[in-house]
Amino acid sequence: MAIDWFPLWLSLRVAVISTLIALAGGLWIAYILANRDFRGKSVADAAVTLPLVLPPTVLGYYLLVLLGRSSPLGKLWEKVFGSPLVFTWKAAVVAALFHSLPLLVKSSRAAFESIDRSFERAARTLGASEWKLFWRVTLPLARRSILAAAALAFARSLGEFGATLMIAGNIPGRTQTVAVAIYDALEYGNSTLALVLVLVISAIALAILTLTTRLEEH
Amino acid sequence: MLQARIRKAFAARAESAGFSLDVELRAAAGVTVLFGPSGAGKTMVLDSIAGFVRPDEGRILLDDAILFDGPAQVHLNPQQRNCGYVFQNYALFPHMTLRQNLQFAAERRPRLERHRRVNEMLDRFHLAEAAARRPHEVSGGQRQRCSIARALIGEPKLLLLDEPAQGLDAPLRSELYQTLREVRSAFGTPVLLVTHDLDECFELGEEMIVLQEGRIVQTGSPREILDRPANLDVARLLGSFNLLSGEIRTLDPGRNSSRLRIGEFEIDGPYFPGRLKGDRVTVCVRPEQLAAFPRNGRPSPNQVPVALERVVEKPQYVRLEFTGGIAVNLPRAEYERQRETAEWVVQFPASGIRAL
Repeated sequence: MAIDWFPLWLSLRVAVISTLIALAGGLWIAYILANRDFRGKSVADAAVTLPLVLPPTVLGYYLLVLLGRSSPLGKLWEKVFGSPLVFTWKAAVVAALFHSLPLLVKSSRAAFESIDRSFERAARTLGASEWKLFWRVTLPLARRSILAAAALAFARSLGEFGATLMIAGNIPGRTQTVAVAIYDALEYGNSTLALVLVLVISAIALAILTLTTRLEEH
Repeated sequence: MLQARIRKAFAARAESAGFSLDVELRAAAGVTVLFGPSGAGKTMVLDSIAGFVRPDEGRILLDDAILFDGPAQVHLNPQQRNCGYVFQNYALFPHMTLRQNLQFAAERRPRLERHRRVNEMLDRFHLAEAAARRPHEVSGGQRQRCSIARALIGEPKLLLLDEPAQGLDAPLRSELYQTLREVRSAFGTPVLLVTHDLDECFELGEEMIVLQEGRIVQTGSPREILDRPANLDVARLLGSFNLLSGEIRTLDPGRNSSRLRIGEFEIDGPYFPGRLKGDRVTVCVRPEQLAAFPRNGRPSPNQVPVALERVVEKPQYVRLEFTGGIAVNLPRAEYERQRETAEWVVQFPASGIRAL
């Protein structure tokens, strides 16, 4: 039997892109939460964490309302890129992003907060700008924990199911990610395909967890 | 030259009593030591000068630059202050080699100078061999020298050190003092050093500022302060004083003399300006100002008969503790000669006694 590997490739692509975006955005959010005091900080913190505790369908619902073709954001997207966002693989990236961002922010914030303050103070007395301080001191010192967090975020993105189904749909060959494909295969009695995909995903997840444990041990 | 007036108050909370800092100090060329017990606010002073902490009120001037001015709302950030800071744990960046640590700090100097400057500092602080290693791969002494070199490489206007000898063993401690003496003579940067160790004040300090509970209680050279502690608190802080409660029996300004009653005995002392006959005072005298020897007939003037309670062996001397809370330090050899003595007398000096 020929196995359709498309869902696996799609999931990997979605996970890589969403992890990169989560890193770019999440590190800044984490850095600000770790270093600045501002009004509403606890609310901001809760808002970032929310997707972690909400049911995926609730998150999917929100995203559909927010990004659907009739919403302002959805219209803006269509105007700029010429095609709708929902029910494309890009919508799967958005769903994965919202699921992995909280993990990344939480872990990187903890990593930033665990750095001895005297390193940052020393850098400041040596005339380092906040920018230089972040790139040359804070980030390298938190490097391992952040890589571990990114690996976890990647694994989380790879397995996103509920919200993806709701805003990207289940279009074989276009938006069907691996988690959705497994569900689909079982529904239609294709248990061999389901088993293969399940084993591949489990192997990847195991490899990632081993990697994060190694990173955190050092 | 640093001139600072710093005020900062912390309201009392459930877990901590309130604290207020109110100090005015200056540090010129040479080493100024900020001395005081833990919790006196020493590090707070350093952090206010470095710009980590914003005082409530006051003004901090370094040469002709205003670092902080309460009324004018000036509060430069640490980057703009040009103060070198040596942290207690050295705070060398662990992911960089010693050379990279210096390079990081040299980046605010002109590009063409940097390389030469880094090499110069590596040589001067005897770090050339260890330059390619990371902080955890070098000795404690090398880490210490590197952190001082790193703080100095940008030619700061002031060098701040936070308890640099804390937790160091004796050889490393004397190495640090040697390094700091070299810094003093080679760089001319004013140094403000925080410590709660009196030996350190004498090793390094030209000027000493005694801080207690957020207030400055005395300033002067370490010698002056040890010879003439301003009040009982300072004497207690310095430690090692005999502090005996007594009463002034007579005062004679003309002959610059007085008589003091301590316990059951009377001794002669100097005239105490500003005191009255009958005043209850604490007589303050250092153990090495007293002499102790076997009792031989009637005690002469200013000798007090005492009984020995305890003998404490110290590395450099023997400390004899007598009745009435009087302690005398004797050189080892002298104690050995007299160790069979049953009855002792303690000789008080006629001058050098302080009444607090």
